[in-house]
Amino acid sequence: MTLLALDWAIIIEKLILIVIIVLTTLLITLYTTFGERKVAAILQDRPGPNRAGPFGLLQPLADGLKLIMKEEIIPTSASKWLFILGPGLAMTASLMTSAVIPWGTEIHLFGRTIELQVADINIGLLYVFAVVSMGVYGIMIGGWASNNKFSLMSALRAASQAISYEIAMGLALIALLMSTGTLSLKTIVADQAAGHWWNVVYQPLGFLIFFICAMAECNRTPFDLPEAENELNFGYHQEYSSMKLGFYLFAEYVNMIMSSAIMASMYFGGYDLPFFDETTVAPNIAAIIGVGTLLIKIVLFVFLFMWIRWTIPRFRYDQLMNLGWKKMIPLALFNMLITGAIILSKS
Amino acid sequence: MQALTNKSIAVNRSPMTFWERLYLINIIKGMMITFSHMFKKQPTVRYPEQKREFSPVFRGLHVLNRDEQGRENCTACGLCAVACPAEAITMEAAERQEGEEHLYKEEKYAAKYEINMLRCIFCGLCEEACPKDAIYLSETFAPANYTRKGFIYDKNDLLIPNTLTNATELAKAKGVEA
Repeated sequence: MTLLALDWAIIIEKLILIVIIVLTTLLITLYTTFGERKVAAILQDRPGPNRAGPFGLLQPLADGLKLIMKEEIIPTSASKWLFILGPGLAMTASLMTSAVIPWGTEIHLFGRTIELQVADINIGLLYVFAVVSMGVYGIMIGGWASNNKFSLMSALRAASQAISYEIAMGLALIALLMSTGTLSLKTIVADQAAGHWWNVVYQPLGFLIFFICAMAECNRTPFDLPEAENELNFGYHQEYSSMKLGFYLFAEYVNMIMSSAIMASMYFGGYDLPFFDETTVAPNIAAIIGVGTLLIKIVLFVFLFMWIRWTIPRFRYDQLMNLGWKKMIPLALFNMLITGAIILSKS
Repeated sequence: MQALTNKSIAVNRSPMTFWERLYLINIIKGMMITFSHMFKKQPTVRYPEQKREFSPVFRGLHVLNRDEQGRENCTACGLCAVACPAEAITMEAAERQEGEEHLYKEEKYAAKYEINMLRCIFCGLCEEACPKDAIYLSETFAPANYTRKGFIYDKNDLLIPNTLTNATELAKAKGVEA
């Protein structure tokens, strides 16, 4: 009896892949929080967390345990379901990006060829863009449902910031899409791996715009206006406690990792290890090397994020909007124009 | 107007050039500065394992001294209590009995000697007032405690271990790890 003419093995295969990706992402995120504190400390001539375990390596577990043990408070004036939905949405939206990222080439296992990408959809870039725009809902809903003036203010800021920078981000992506000619992330990475230069060479300005916008989308300093402690106390997660707060804080780091992965894939060759011919080793080993390369690139980007955070002070709100609307968008349009002109002159 | 110090720098108010307005170069400069701090020596003293030395004039927790034969110096004259501006010291005197000559140096001794460490301001006036070299301020400080009562240090806490019978404990109290 065949109800659906489906290849069930592929569903199991994808499920396993999803579980592995999500778990790995969460594990890396756990240590990104630790890394953030360590990087901040080292940049400021401090030792950083070093008490829990050797070199403080158990610190993230201690942090997580602390968050779980805290009392779960839902304010009486909050709208309860939205209040609970907020952190979940923030987390889901940030994890969903991982579906289209090609983590490696392919692995041959048990006579099957397993693609190291959950879904190779032909509108990968659009999907990324859509999911990134969803990310702001978690913050907006959380801030609104808290029924707190500071949270609401912060949610408004986050929403307007995200909307402003998404435009420039989209325009930077359009320029990239013009030069690559495809929306599929897999093809983009494969093209870069197949001997071409990395896309950052063709799109340096586009990368810069995308990088700045990604930072703004992740609410990282210098764009952490939604969390401006001195103005908004704590920002949109002011009323949150326990693991709900943990989810929000966690989602920020997952976001950071995901945008690093996207940037690495789109502009820096993804799983492509430069000056190394993948055909000289067995395909499985090449795939593992690829995954490792992508992870290293992600770590480097995450470090860059942290490095910037602990160097540059926060923008004022009008400066943020100025940069977004008056600098980024014209620059992105200009970049698009130049790209178009070059493509035209070549053909 | 004459400048007060030679440290003041005239602010350059000329409009920013194109490259300055881009900010990117200055941001990269700033990032280089923070990056260079990665390789700087940390001034942190990792406290419980690593302790900073106190200065030689540091006034810490009090000790009641003994002479070279291990007898208590204090005669309960009460001068320290009088000198104490915080009124932290209380004592009760007692007379030395026959056969206690190896315990107390003179005919009178302090049967009870208490310092309230919450009152004490560690000024060292007791040390200066003492005619018998009996009270000294050491180089440690009072550890944390759960109760206020725990901060009232009596003779058991204050008296240094006997030089003759308990040399190792004395060394430990002095902080000279054996």
